[in-house]
Amino acid sequence: MPHTVLLVGTRKGCFVLSSDDRRDWQVRGPFCEGWPIYHAIYDEKTGTIYAAGASEWHGTSIWRSADLGETWEQSSEGLAYTDGDRKLSKVSGLTARDGRLYAGAEPAGIFTSDDGGRTWSLLSTLESQPGRPEWDDPGNQPPGHLGLPAILPHPSDDDRFWAVVQGIGIFETTDGGSSWTPRNRGLRADWPREHEEIGFCVHKLVLAADGERMYQQNHCGMHRSDDAGRSWTEITEGLPTDFGFAAAAHPHDRDTFYVVPLDGGHGRCMPDGKAAVWRTRDAGETWQRLDRGLPQHDAHLGVLREGMAIDRCDEPGLYVGTSTGQVFASSDEGDSWTELAGYLPGINAVEVATLD
Amino acid sequence: MAHLRLPPTLQPLFAGLPRRLDVEAPTVADALTQLDERWPGLRDRLCEHGPELRMHIHVYVDGHRADLDAPIDSSSRVDVIAAISGG
Repeated sequence: MPHTVLLVGTRKGCFVLSSDDRRDWQVRGPFCEGWPIYHAIYDEKTGTIYAAGASEWHGTSIWRSADLGETWEQSSEGLAYTDGDRKLSKVSGLTARDGRLYAGAEPAGIFTSDDGGRTWSLLSTLESQPGRPEWDDPGNQPPGHLGLPAILPHPSDDDRFWAVVQGIGIFETTDGGSSWTPRNRGLRADWPREHEEIGFCVHKLVLAADGERMYQQNHCGMHRSDDAGRSWTEITEGLPTDFGFAAAAHPHDRDTFYVVPLDGGHGRCMPDGKAAVWRTRDAGETWQRLDRGLPQHDAHLGVLREGMAIDRCDEPGLYVGTSTGQVFASSDEGDSWTELAGYLPGINAVEVATLD
Repeated sequence: MAHLRLPPTLQPLFAGLPRRLDVEAPTVADALTQLDERWPGLRDRLCEHGPELRMHIHVYVDGHRADLDAPIDSSSRVDVIAAISGG
């Protein structure tokens, strides 16, 4: 069994959970001086952990640890908008791809680093996209706005990736970020939109095992694309609500996908105080409620968009972190669950790495 | 030299950074530039791009609220404060 490392970004620092058997876990932290951590990742190429922190006092910085959390450094050199009045409030999403780091920021923009997070430069703010000047209007950015929280790389094409802009939608580039195309056709939006191609609230975008199919948890339902985001079909039927944040795709089976339905409105907790993850094994035709081992009484738990992760083992492990500080794990593809930690600070993000 | 006092939340971020130190500089901004040369990245933790002080970082020169361009001299006491809030 390989060594498994969970990176848990919380409101009060980064925690590292590790296990040699996915049963007994060691919890370490808090790291990053208790800064709010919006996302933490493990770069398999360099063996480095990166954590996106945003201190209310000391600003945004990317923390890094080359020794699985024993020691940390941080840098924000170049991590700023230098034109106009745009002020970077946070980095909300990190991606590592073949030696290059990508950071998605609020207000929406993508920064990259080619020196392991020591210095950063602005790659794109998607300026040419429909309605772009309105994206940064404070009236369009309610509390907790994440800007551009996700950058999803294509598995084999280095110049191709997708970016999610909160409340706006998905954009694809095939030239390394020089030009972009909206990929939101077929998505539902329950509000007026001024531009046909944008105005969609994509919470979490994941790529299925075949590298072509995509799933997403949207503000308005669950959706699937069989053509890499060019068109979308809603697959909400059979789920208890159409709202949620987190999603995960099975690493070996393109038809299997997990979501955590939440009540809509502003409560955004699991319905009826009963915790559950839901799974489809047929690409969204049918759904199964998975709740064995999860609390079924007075469990008003929320899970944010980066709050669920899945490892790449033959029988994948699933990991869910809640906004009230619990980490739940399943080592049987979601059939049963155990609690790994119960009293962490509110969790923003969970990522998993498997170390051989 | 001006006597500078820094917030305790800075120390863990920069190896060897003391809470209190003396600097010889004509303005608050120049003092922070000197610190940034010794501890690269320190200014970014106190200032936004511009530069301007971060919203919740306050500077006092001899007890009076000051900005980056405030003059200081060898008798000045400069307090850099992380505003008290949070939970």
